Amino acid sequence: MSMPFYVAPEQMMKDRADYARKGIARGRALVAMRYQDGIAIVAENASETLRKVSEIYDRIAFAGVGKYNEFDQLRVAGIRAADLKGFQYSRDDVDARSLANSYAQMLGNIFTHEMKPMEVEILVAEVGAESARDQMFHILYDGTVVDERDFAAIGGDAETIKTRLAEGWSDGLDFNAAINAGIAAIAGPDREIPAGDLEVASLSRGNGRRCFHRLDAAEVAGLFDTTS
Amino acid sequence: MATLGVPHATTCVALRYDGGVVMAGDRRATSGNLISHRSMEKVVQADRHSGVAIAGSAGPAMEMIRLFQLQLEHYEKVEGAALSLEGKANQLSTMVRANLPAAMQGMVVVPIFAGYDLLRGSGRLWDFDATGGRYEERDYVSTGSGSLHAGTVIKVGYSAGMSRDDAINLAAKALWEAADADSATGGPDALRGIYPVVASIDVDGWDRIDDDDLAVRYEAIVQEVSSR
Repeated sequence: MSMPFYVAPEQMMKDRADYARKGIARGRALVAMRYQDGIAIVAENASETLRKVSEIYDRIAFAGVGKYNEFDQLRVAGIRAADLKGFQYSRDDVDARSLANSYAQMLGNIFTHEMKPMEVEILVAEVGAESARDQMFHILYDGTVVDERDFAAIGGDAETIKTRLAEGWSDGLDFNAAINAGIAAIAGPDREIPAGDLEVASLSRGNGRRCFHRLDAAEVAGLFDTTS
Repeated sequence: MATLGVPHATTCVALRYDGGVVMAGDRRATSGNLISHRSMEKVVQADRHSGVAIAGSAGPAMEMIRLFQLQLEHYEKVEGAALSLEGKANQLSTMVRANLPAAMQGMVVVPIFAGYDLLRGSGRLWDFDATGGRYEERDYVSTGSGSLHAGTVIKVGYSAGMSRDDAINLAAKALWEAADADSATGGPDALRGIYPVVASIDVDGWDRIDDDDLAVRYEAIVQEVSSR
């Protein structure tokens, strides 16, 4: 009878974390930040149809990087949980914090119990009634939750991008300025991202009940004209 | 069922005009011979490009609308695109059919569904029976206790390709005549400032006519009726 080799738990966790990090690092990054009317999200995404950023609920958006099928599964689970809660209780009872917690549970469980961790990092953002109540939660492949105050970057090379964003961002930016700061942070000094490779969305306080708005291709191209 | 004392919602109409549809419904709910509610909203927006009007038992009807709205929004968020107008009508049909056992006990819910079909580029409307039967109508539809009178007014006044403004006036007139002849239909209540819910749906979506506008239109109807 063959016995499996002994692998120390520390080693096993480290291997899994390395595996997940490698998968995530291959993907293009995205950033989210507060601006005067809410939260702006910019993602580098070559696909016109497969989205990284989407609407979860009236005031909540979701953004994911890494393996598409994995974060899309999380996105749909989030929409389902939010819609169910809003229907059962009230639309006001749906909040990003509890959604982020359930994502953390799911990712944490998968990380420890499944063969393979999810190769994803996700961001759950909620626009508040006033800017002091805007929230962003950054959730890692192992279920770690980090709440971000002003801006967040996830995906490949996120640390560098976040450092650049910290320089470009300031409180009370308008939407265009925020998006341009985001694009500059993702691109870095030596690169230009064509408009077709950008996905831009906002959670805007002035947008009625459903705050989420995705910019179409023409609107994204329009943002670009002001930069050059 | 009147003997149960459950509030009943009454008269609703919808008609097509050049570029969309107009929906309208009175505000009265009755329990037997009593008025149980003076400001009920039986015509509600289902999503951006469609609306539902309900006649029948108010409780199950409102619950049905809430679930219907949720399903449309849920589908739109998960799939990233809204259902086709025909798809929405089919969905509503399934829900009405599911209510059949309650309908057999007197809790009938008979909605009107109308909206702007983005694929065809025109307004479309449907009525339903208690078994979930779904009937697309060409020009106009009416439902509820005052539907005979309201429907006749529209039938006489309707012309193909009429303008939005004319369609709104005709719907307002139809509800006026229904309220005049049917005790379960509420007329405009200038004393309390309660007017029927009237909305149009076109390529730009749902647009509810505000009460000040309706007050002017009903004033014109009063002038016309008193000068007969």
